[in-house]
Amino acid sequence: MATYLEFIQQNEERDGVRFSWNVWPSSRLEATRMVVPLACLLTPLKERLDLPPVQYEPVLCSRPTCKAVLNPLCQVDYRAKLWACNFCFQRNQFPPAYAGISEVNQPAELMPQFSTIEYIVQRGPQTPLIFLYVVDTCLEEEDLQALKESLQMSLSLLPPDALVGLITFGRMVQVHELSCEGISKSYVFRGTKDLTAKQIQDMLGLSRPAVPMQQGRPLQTPEQPVISSRFLQPVHKIDMNLTDLLGELQRDPWPVTQGKRPLRSTGVALSIAVGLLEGTFPNTGARIMLFTGGPPTQGPGMVVGDELKTPIRSWHDIEKDNARFMKKATKHYETLAHRSAANGHCIDIYACALDQTGLLEMKCCANLTGGHMVMGDSFNTSLFKQTFQRVFSKGYNGEFRMAFGANLDVKTSRELKIAGAIGPCISLNAKGPCVSENELGIGGTSQWKICSLDPSTTLAIYFEVVNQHNAPIPQGGRGAVQFVTHYQHSSTQKRIRVTTIARNWADAQTQLQHIEAAFDQEAAAVLMARLGVYRAESEEGPDVLRWLDRQLIRLCQKFGQYNKDDPNSFRLSESFSLYPQFIFHLRRSPFLQVFNNSPDESSYYRHHFARQDLTQSLIMIQPILYAYSFHGPPEPVLLDSGSILPDRILLMDTFFQIVIYLGETIAQWQKAGYQDMPEYENFKHLLQAPLDDAQEILQTRFPMPRYIHTEHGGSQARFLLSKVNPSQTHNNLYAWGQESGAPILTDDVSLQVFMDHLKKLAVSSAS
Amino acid sequence: MSVNQQAHPGPPYGQPQPGYQGFQQPAYGGQSLPGAPQSQYGAYNGPVPGYQQPVPPQGYFPSLGFPSKGSPVSLNSDTSLAPNFIGSLRAPPTSGAPPPASGASHPSGHVAYSQFEHGDVQNGIPASAAPMQRPPASQPFLPGSAPTPVSQISTFQQYGPPPGSVQQLRNHMAGMTIGSTAASAPPPAGLGYASVPPVSGSVSATGSGLYTPYSASQGPPPPSVSQALPVAQPPFPGQTIPTQRLPAQVPGFTPPPPSAGVGPSSYPPTTGAPRPPAMPGPPLPGQTLAGPPSSQPNHVSSPPPPSTMAGLHPGPPMSGLHGPPPPTHPPQPGYQMQQNGSFGQMRGPQPNYGGAYPGAPNYGSPPGPPPPPKRLDPDSIPSPIQVIEDDRNNRGSEPFVTGVRGQVPPLVTTNFLVKDQGNASPRYIRCTSYNIPCTSDMAKQSQVPLAAVIKPLATLPPEETLPYLVDHGESGPVRCNRCKAYMCPFMQFIEGGRRFQCCFCSCVTEVPPHYFQHLDHTGKRVDFYDRPELSLGSYEFLATVDYCKNNKFPSPPAFIFMIDVSYNAVKSGLVRLICEELKSLLDYLPREGNMEESAIRVGFVTYNKVLHFYNVKSSLAQPQMMVVSDVADMFVPLLDGFLVNVNESRTVISSLLDQIPEMFADTRETETVFAPVIQAGLEALKAAECAGKLFIFHTSLPIAEAPGKLKNRDDRKLINTDKEKTLFQPQTSFYNNLAKDCVAQGCCVDLFLFPNQYLDVATLGVVPYQTGGSIYKYAYFQLETDQYRFLNDLRRDVQKEVGFDAVMRVRTSTGIRATDFFGAFYMSNTTDVEMAGLDCDKTITVEFKHDDKLSEDSGALLQCALLYTSCAGQRRLRIHNLSLNCCTQLADLYRNCETDTLINYLAKYAYRGVLSSPVKTVRDALINQCAQILACYRKNCASPSSAGQLILPECMKLLPVYLNCVLKSDVLQPGPEVTTDDRAYIRQLVTSMDVAETNVFFYPRLLPLTKADVDSDSLPAAIRNSEERLSKGDIYLLENGLNIFVWVGVNVQQSLIQNLFGVSSFSQISNALSTLPVLENPFSKKVRSVVDMLQGQRSRYMKLIIVKQEDKLEMLFKHFLVEDKSLSGGASYVDFLCHMHKEIRQLLS
Repeated sequence: MATYLEFIQQNEERDGVRFSWNVWPSSRLEATRMVVPLACLLTPLKERLDLPPVQYEPVLCSRPTCKAVLNPLCQVDYRAKLWACNFCFQRNQFPPAYAGISEVNQPAELMPQFSTIEYIVQRGPQTPLIFLYVVDTCLEEEDLQALKESLQMSLSLLPPDALVGLITFGRMVQVHELSCEGISKSYVFRGTKDLTAKQIQDMLGLSRPAVPMQQGRPLQTPEQPVISSRFLQPVHKIDMNLTDLLGELQRDPWPVTQGKRPLRSTGVALSIAVGLLEGTFPNTGARIMLFTGGPPTQGPGMVVGDELKTPIRSWHDIEKDNARFMKKATKHYETLAHRSAANGHCIDIYACALDQTGLLEMKCCANLTGGHMVMGDSFNTSLFKQTFQRVFSKGYNGEFRMAFGANLDVKTSRELKIAGAIGPCISLNAKGPCVSENELGIGGTSQWKICSLDPSTTLAIYFEVVNQHNAPIPQGGRGAVQFVTHYQHSSTQKRIRVTTIARNWADAQTQLQHIEAAFDQEAAAVLMARLGVYRAESEEGPDVLRWLDRQLIRLCQKFGQYNKDDPNSFRLSESFSLYPQFIFHLRRSPFLQVFNNSPDESSYYRHHFARQDLTQSLIMIQPILYAYSFHGPPEPVLLDSGSILPDRILLMDTFFQIVIYLGETIAQWQKAGYQDMPEYENFKHLLQAPLDDAQEILQTRFPMPRYIHTEHGGSQARFLLSKVNPSQTHNNLYAWGQESGAPILTDDVSLQVFMDHLKKLAVSSAS
Repeated sequence: MSVNQQAHPGPPYGQPQPGYQGFQQPAYGGQSLPGAPQSQYGAYNGPVPGYQQPVPPQGYFPSLGFPSKGSPVSLNSDTSLAPNFIGSLRAPPTSGAPPPASGASHPSGHVAYSQFEHGDVQNGIPASAAPMQRPPASQPFLPGSAPTPVSQISTFQQYGPPPGSVQQLRNHMAGMTIGSTAASAPPPAGLGYASVPPVSGSVSATGSGLYTPYSASQGPPPPSVSQALPVAQPPFPGQTIPTQRLPAQVPGFTPPPPSAGVGPSSYPPTTGAPRPPAMPGPPLPGQTLAGPPSSQPNHVSSPPPPSTMAGLHPGPPMSGLHGPPPPTHPPQPGYQMQQNGSFGQMRGPQPNYGGAYPGAPNYGSPPGPPPPPKRLDPDSIPSPIQVIEDDRNNRGSEPFVTGVRGQVPPLVTTNFLVKDQGNASPRYIRCTSYNIPCTSDMAKQSQVPLAAVIKPLATLPPEETLPYLVDHGESGPVRCNRCKAYMCPFMQFIEGGRRFQCCFCSCVTEVPPHYFQHLDHTGKRVDFYDRPELSLGSYEFLATVDYCKNNKFPSPPAFIFMIDVSYNAVKSGLVRLICEELKSLLDYLPREGNMEESAIRVGFVTYNKVLHFYNVKSSLAQPQMMVVSDVADMFVPLLDGFLVNVNESRTVISSLLDQIPEMFADTRETETVFAPVIQAGLEALKAAECAGKLFIFHTSLPIAEAPGKLKNRDDRKLINTDKEKTLFQPQTSFYNNLAKDCVAQGCCVDLFLFPNQYLDVATLGVVPYQTGGSIYKYAYFQLETDQYRFLNDLRRDVQKEVGFDAVMRVRTSTGIRATDFFGAFYMSNTTDVEMAGLDCDKTITVEFKHDDKLSEDSGALLQCALLYTSCAGQRRLRIHNLSLNCCTQLADLYRNCETDTLINYLAKYAYRGVLSSPVKTVRDALINQCAQILACYRKNCASPSSAGQLILPECMKLLPVYLNCVLKSDVLQPGPEVTTDDRAYIRQLVTSMDVAETNVFFYPRLLPLTKADVDSDSLPAAIRNSEERLSKGDIYLLENGLNIFVWVGVNVQQSLIQNLFGVSSFSQISNALSTLPVLENPFSKKVRSVVDMLQGQRSRYMKLIIVKQEDKLEMLFKHFLVEDKSLSGGASYVDFLCHMHKEIRQLLS
């Protein structure tokens, strides 16, 4: 453990956890003065090649309010066969199966290297995974064809025993019965009428006689699958059927007159999908996959009217309170999302259209249930096709990279309390002694439900130090947090992953440098960004920026070294050096800036930002820029307009876009066709290099980024220009000299100006 | 005049014309034109020749009246006719001879004329024309009679055949006579009828011989009558001058009254001593009534003629025919005598009757006077059979030419051809009276309802031309500026043709330039015969876009088949049956005239508690089923592929129809919905933006949770209470609102019900009823016995001509106004009758009331305009025009009434009344109204007579018997076996029936099958609906439009049973037969052909029920013997007549 950097990295790899502070201030007061809250980014299912799951159940603390899992931090009395819970100090008897343990014969969960351990639980019935396609038919012929092909293809990717169902919608909503021979049968619902789950189940003929529930315990009804079999069938059984059905799927036949949008009943379709699963497979892993090619235009959840002359709401409209359908629609989808989440079902949204599709209103469906959100221009693009295919990709061990119905339980030692979480989850409202009264994100609970997650799904969890200022440093000098994640593995197994971590306490007054050195500025930036985005979702944009600025200034004041009122004297230590820059880019990012983005785009970006792991999140905040030139090997360069040089090829990865930008000279060479001349093969290679690198990124990322290949002066170059730090603008162009970089036509402040201001404010004695 | 005549006479007219022409011509200035025009007509008229013929008649009809008077005159004559009728009845035999003479004389002078008029009266219809003819008629009469006798004593059957021959003869005659009426008349006689000449002379001989049978029967009655019964038919007395004779007859009759009997005289004397003279024949009205003074004189002058008149009855209608008809008459007269004769009379007659009918030996026995004196003799009271037979014989042979205003058409039971010459055919419109009182006071006084029974899309026999389609291009039909009446033959062109004056509201309207045409010297447009709307009573206009909904031409309509697939329907095999049938039936959807395939699109829905729609788009390999469970808020799940062209989607459709029975074979769903089914159809049509028809096949009370859910509220305890009306009212107003929506969209609903228990027809029927649809009900449907009937109904229902999205308005000339409407339709305002669908069987009865005075000169006009969408999606206007006479004398009114139509109106009125009033009130009101009608006649029109005598107007002599049938019907007096659903069903059924249907429905046709002539095509002569008329040794067939009963007497010969049923004995005959076995022997063939013929005449396939005498089912059968006392308390004809008489007397006193 040479440096904190290594420590952090090691911890992340082992436990999937990154804390903003790796040495914890020991009192509440100090903690608040740290500005950046004590928090962590948790990737519950981080892929661990070296982590074979154990085939038994975890040992729990017997205190009913604790139930922490036995872990390496527990003190064990091998003779008495007792162990002390490190959270509540309850002494527990080992279960009989542990009779043989000793110092040399330890179960895995007691070994330090198993601070993260996974148990396979053999309880309960295993229900197959469920995939319910909800398909918009108000598409252009070409789009629909492409979508149909993708769906047909997906059937071969599903686990063979998975259940699939199909709902199509346009003006009406059709629930297709998959079991029938000959005639194809579907149940049709009006697209304008919201139905309760009960009604939906009645109408689908799913209600079963409500007899057994009242007498004694609710029986596990083995005939459940039978009841619902008409709509959800094992893939292997109805593969052909469904392929044909999809093949015959027609565009919505209702005429759309000139100047109108097709009537699209997305709201009801989702409602029915949710209701269908709710009634038949509550609390099992299921994905509702919504494919839509436009905004909902009727019924509950409608986002825009069908008059084309009324455009769909923009940020401008929303600010002016002119989005008449937004509130109602949002409410509708929120209700659905909550219902779905409550049953452990997730909702994916695949929205492909040139215009907005109402993601703003529907975002909660994906956000709260852990579903995917994919936004593209058309279903007939590789962006969609490959992204969709990647949903069913398999991990290193041949298992689907998806898990369902996760239940994250966080336990803390007494000096800590849980303030909240930000991520694709909902609160389970588990109150307890370790729940803080102050909420950050989704708070007020120590348990969250994550209906669907994959190995990169990352939650931000915020803590509060509750130790009083004058209290001694807590016992043992270390604080501990345990994350217990129950989930359904893609193999339908029930599993429990337990991660227990501990960090040292330090007295901020005396050991500030320790704390400072243990600052994880990357994690901090992401955690702050999540907080900021979370606020932005619910508050006005400018306020968030101001709040961010204030936090940054306070942090600089706290940890900068400077002389009062002397900006030039300001210095930040290494562990903080990048932080202001992150914040600078964050401020400019689409997560907080809505300018130039539609509400849908903002929702889309924010959705992904709130679930990706630290690395990806950082890319989102501050895109990566690589330069390729004859001057040397590819190298990362500053995300700055100064990096845009004529003889360079730039590759920018913003997570959502991959931009390859040919500098002016390169572009001219290419136009001249040098790459085709044998003697300029090196130029050909130069051109090819970024393409290869881009391909690598494209192949692993989910969702697949938009791939943009442009050149100096190309219209698409705006993607690059809008991201780089505008160090050269039309305002200061001449001051910098013309030979380097490209001017950006913007009034935005550059990083330099930002830093100058920051310094000034940080050292100012006024604030 | 003579000049004119020559012009006209031309060939077109038969004999009669010549004679008339002379008269007529004067009336119409335009006569000369006719000739030319005719040719013009040819242009659009397919059948040029036919057309021409009719034209002339018009010309002369009017003339008939008198040159100067014009139409009014004719009216008078008409009225007189009526009375004659009566007279004629009995007179025939004797009088027959005389008339000819008179007839001949008539032509010569006015005086004669007057007589004629009487004659006309008798005929009823063709007033003036008739008279002329009659005389001849009477002559032939005798001859005719002669032949009959030969054949046998007297059987209706015999008559039947003779007429046929007669007609032929007539035709010949016609040809011959053309030249001169008077002259012609004689010749024919000479030629065709040996008897003719003999008339006078031979008459006595032959006639007597023939008649004897009848007369005998008749004869007797009178005597007894006088004693026991106060009732006496006016006709007799009046007509027959021969009062004295009557007595004579009586005695004489029984034996061989010939000579004596012949004389009509026999009747009068006995019965109504007082009135005898005038009453009888035509004179009746005239005599008694001050009204027809003109007639009176005549009467007086020619007492003898009356008798002739009687004979004439039949003849009169067809002027041309007259000559020939006579032969037929003879028999009738005999009958009539009875009827008219007098109810009062004793049974004496019966015996005779019996004799007459070979079939009824029983009667034969009691010929004597033995019968109790007090009882009214059934044979002596007016017999519907006789009236029908007479009319058939008298008027069935010649075309009914509609040129003359106010003509009373032949009865609905008569087969006749119609030639449209300016008034709508009676197939389209029939009126209760063709002579309307000029003032409302008169109308009120008479209590005779003024109503028209309109069947706008009636099917015409192949011989008649469909209404011509007139296309006026973009400007659309020419209409009156003010009242918006459509151009019609009665519009007056003025100012050289630049303007026209509306015949309804008198407003003057500019003739649009493109429509301008010069007038000839008579003021008629030169293109008169080129334009149907100027020369015909019925025609169609092609509607312009202004007449279309939303100003868009309509799309072709659609048929949607909606099949109940709940447990009951599947189990009974119904679903499979329907699907199988539809496969072939879809090839026979209605199509417009020359189109190769039907433009109608079809769609399919099945349902139980939820609805299943099917996508049968031609591009699909397999049909797709779409289930809609949201029955609370129905909608149509698909657009494209739901309504398809049959040929394009044939394979998909047949695949679907194959699969439907399989898919639901295991269903356990017993609950059904109903309102959502209609809503679904409605929504589908809305979505497709077209009109259409839903065929719903439904089995049970819709108790599933859905809008329009019903509960079982059948409660027989309510019968005869004030709450009884609720049984006829819908449970909920939901269906009324639904119906309204349906009508707005042009969604017509036809409902096929297959109930095993109460399913609340009163409520379920609301939508079909208000949308102009039909309801068919097959209680306890069983595949084996009922499938044939159901399939036939279904086929007919699917194939029949139908119009959609129809609006009908009846315009009338100033003075009267359409005030009330009855039928299957919806009205959103007080004038427009809206029907989502209107098929060729649907009838609307319209009642008129005075709101001002009418004038005798101008008469009264009706114009019924129906705007509808044809089955190919063409928007059209069908116009029917009818001109009626107006009178200031009540007698004229009574002389021009049509009892069948009156009954149609009264039944509908009463059947609607039960919705709001207790049934008893309704019945009493009916009786009271009829009593008032008859009392008014007695008071104002009949000749003075003792109060104890019942005097009925000739035209209404069947009113009591028919009324009694209405009162006894299931709706107004249910027996214990009649279910609530049946009553509601019948109530709705009757409401859209036409006159022919109500006629046979209320007074079923009873045919002695064993009397059928196996070698001819004709039906056996009907007999009266009384058990007394049935013989144990015979087999009878009874039909009422819904059922056919085959009644087998216990003593029927085994051979007959073997031949008909293929079993060896009476006891082996199975009640369960729903069809007669197909056996290769003449009798079986004949009976089956009779059944087939009857089935062919009715809009619904009748259920065949075999009834064995003294079997359980006989009770059911007896229910239809409407002249008898019914088990449910209905009075017998005789009793009811007495009751009516009492009522009338009370009113008079």
